Amino acid sequence: MALPEGWEMVVGLEVHTELRTATKMFCGCANVFGAEANTNVCPVCLGLPGSLPVLNERAVSMAMAIGMALHATIAPSTFHRKNYFYPDMPKDFQISQYDLPINSGGYLDLPDGSRVRIERAHLEEDTGKSTHLGVSGRIHGADRSLVDYNRSGVPLVEIVSGPDIRSAAQARLYASELRAVLIATGASDGRMEEGSMRIDANVSVRRSGEPFGTRCEIKNLNSLRSLHRAIEFEAQRQVKLIESGGVVRQETRHWDETVGATSTMRVKEEAEDYRYFREPDLVDLAPSAAWQQRVADALGPMPAERRAAVVALLGEVSDAQRDAIDVVIDLGLERFVHATHAAGGDVAVALARVANELAAAGDVSKLTEDAFVATVAMEAGGQLSATQAKTILADLLASGGEPRAVAAARGFEQLSADSLGGIVSALIDANPDEWSRFRDGDDKLAQFFIGLVMRETKGRANGKAVIAELHARR
Amino acid sequence: MSGLTRAEVAHVAKLARLRLSDEELDLFTVQLARILDHAADMQSLDLTGVVATAHPYDLINVVREDVVRPSLDRDAVLAAAPDAEDGCFAVPRIMGEES
Repeated sequence: MALPEGWEMVVGLEVHTELRTATKMFCGCANVFGAEANTNVCPVCLGLPGSLPVLNERAVSMAMAIGMALHATIAPSTFHRKNYFYPDMPKDFQISQYDLPINSGGYLDLPDGSRVRIERAHLEEDTGKSTHLGVSGRIHGADRSLVDYNRSGVPLVEIVSGPDIRSAAQARLYASELRAVLIATGASDGRMEEGSMRIDANVSVRRSGEPFGTRCEIKNLNSLRSLHRAIEFEAQRQVKLIESGGVVRQETRHWDETVGATSTMRVKEEAEDYRYFREPDLVDLAPSAAWQQRVADALGPMPAERRAAVVALLGEVSDAQRDAIDVVIDLGLERFVHATHAAGGDVAVALARVANELAAAGDVSKLTEDAFVATVAMEAGGQLSATQAKTILADLLASGGEPRAVAAARGFEQLSADSLGGIVSALIDANPDEWSRFRDGDDKLAQFFIGLVMRETKGRANGKAVIAELHARR
Repeated sequence: MSGLTRAEVAHVAKLARLRLSDEELDLFTVQLARILDHAADMQSLDLTGVVATAHPYDLINVVREDVVRPSLDRDAVLAAAPDAEDGCFAVPRIMGEES
């Protein structure tokens, strides 16, 4: 739903991404999602007195990789303490970067051709996770919260965009492109549903050509869909408020996905005074040119370039294929498509199998490119039906091997052309009426014959091969 | 004089969750003002050509390898907490925030 005539929304996004390091930002506790509560904690991430943070080298490398992918400037940086009290942060401060972030400036180009500036992308640590218990439903009856510190100290990069976004759709496109870039750098798994990528949106509205309006920050955007809906709702709310003579208050608002609305969480006057100051337990960070070069060398091509490379193999691309390419790029599986192309195989079939069967498998380590290419060739060449090819891929993904051997073991051995020809001939003789109608041009009868052949061969025949046999006799 | 007010000290104390008596507020307002005055004195020095430093060590890039080390035993950790439930620290209800 567009804004009323003459109005424009101005949106900037703050995206937090957890980094895929083995350990936390400042201690050697494992950085894993879904572990049993409070099993990955130590004096540092519990904020026990006397503990000291030591920076994770890989977290710095990943932050730089993100900066490079976003065309940002990497500069000497410092760490600050952001002070506030909240039970999920046991030190009562969060270590973050303030006036000197590791990455500043930069931009992200979106698939629609627009460019969104990146103001900064800085390092900070994540907080713990709290679960709120209601008064009822618990034996103790206490109105309290439970805290799990496994996430406390997990490395984050916060990426702050410029106020360059002008629609909810563009915000969504930015978030999805940024997600693809983060995954491509290897720094993030981009899993919004697991909270490893989280988005806050700053939204304001203005009459076209006027200065920026007062903005509201929306929290709790856990999916691209929520992001889109929340921004749309918030911009409409602000326009209605102003048009009815009201004034937008600068505040933090909470998106409620079930209600489909934002509501006030805290107003600016109540905002915390964070009293940032230099973290005295950490020294300055100034990655050497050699360190930066190592990160740059390890950085592969970004999604836009990789998508274009796959599109180039296909020529014309349907919407469904475009979605399939996004999936394949996200998972970094396009090498199978390229291998198929290099072997002169059917790229469209390969893309479909990678985006579906390989994507669903998760682990593709047992499947060789050669085995994949051979399977696609057997399917495209009519020796395997699509269903058989999928079954064989599932076997190859689960236990490796070579497709011809798997096909044989499965009893998918293709009927020889001779025996298929014999079966087709016999069925034609047995069904002269249908055959003469087919000869007279009623192509629908092909399905009739395919059905008979399938029954006769218990599904081992290939539909395309049957049609070829029929046409050869027509 | 720094012009630090008693109200500012009360505000900072509140942010730091410190409960100060009236006498303490008076005392700390005077003491903190003296510290700020001292800082103001130093601000007035001509430091042209002096590089800003945050700490006395000539060190940068102190990092560790990304290698997992053993964490603490959960039972021992939670035994030190005022209250625990379901393997978690139990705290008074947090108002008005998402998890």
